[in-house]
Amino acid sequence: MAKVKPRVKVPKKAAAGDIVTIKTLISHPMESGQRKDKKTGELIPRKIINSFTAEFNGAKFFSADIDPAVSANPYMQFSLKVPESGEVKFTWVDDEGSV
Amino acid sequence: MKQVQFSRREAMVLGAGAATVTLLGGVTGALAATATDDAINAFTGGATPSEGKITLGAPEIAENGNTVPIDVSVESAMTDDDHVESVLVLADGNPNPGVATFHFTPMSGDATAATRIRLASTQNVVAVAKMKDGSVYMAKREVKVTIGGCGG
Repeated sequence: MAKVKPRVKVPKKAAAGDIVTIKTLISHPMESGQRKDKKTGELIPRKIINSFTAEFNGAKFFSADIDPAVSANPYMQFSLKVPESGEVKFTWVDDEGSV
Repeated sequence: MKQVQFSRREAMVLGAGAATVTLLGGVTGALAATATDDAINAFTGGATPSEGKITLGAPEIAENGNTVPIDVSVESAMTDDDHVESVLVLADGNPNPGVATFHFTPMSGDATAATRIRLASTQNVVAVAKMKDGSVYMAKREVKVTIGGCGG
C-alpha cells in the first residue's frame, strides 16, 4: 500500500435514481517507459497505473484499463446512477501492485 | 555573400532524397494505422464499426501534448438489456496506440467518461464503443498538438 492520497469528488446527497457525476484525481508519475534518463541515456522503466475500478456497495459499476498514454496524475470522470444510500469505493492498481 | 547553386545532378539527388523521406514517412504512418486497426479489430472481434451514437470531445488544438483533456459519451438507455459495455480510446500517432478502455455497467446511469491523455504529435483520437447487443460505434477527432507529450 503506497502512501498516495487520491482526491475524490462525490456528491454527498442524491435522490435514489439520480445520476451523479464522480470525479477522481490521484497523484502518480505515470512513467511511460518511453523516456530516457538524461544522464545515463537509459530508458526509465515503465510505471503506470494500469487499472482503476469504482464500486458502489460492493458492486463494480465502472472500471478502466489504462495505457501509458494517460497523463501523469490521472484524472477520471464518470457517472453513477444511485440506487440507494451507500458507499463508493475506488481502487487504483499500478504496475507494482496496489495503491 | 555566398550563393548557393545546384547543378542539375545535385538537384536530382536532393529530389530523390526528399522522395525517400516522404516514402518512409508514408510507411511509418501506415504502420501506425495498422496497429490502430488491429487494436480496433481485437476489441470489436471483427465487427465493422458504424458512425454515430458516440461523441468524442477533444480540443482542436492542444498546446501541451502531455495533458490533453478528452471526454467520450455514448447515447444509450443503459438498461440491463441495452447498455454500453466498454469504450476503447486510441491515439493513432502515439508509439502505442492504446490509451484506455472504459467499462460501464447499467449502474453507471449514462455512459460518459473523461480523462486526460498524452499525445505525441498531431493525430487522430479514436473512440470505439461496444454495446451489449454486439453493435459497435466509432468516432474520430483530429487534435493538433503543439508540443508532443512523450518525453524525448
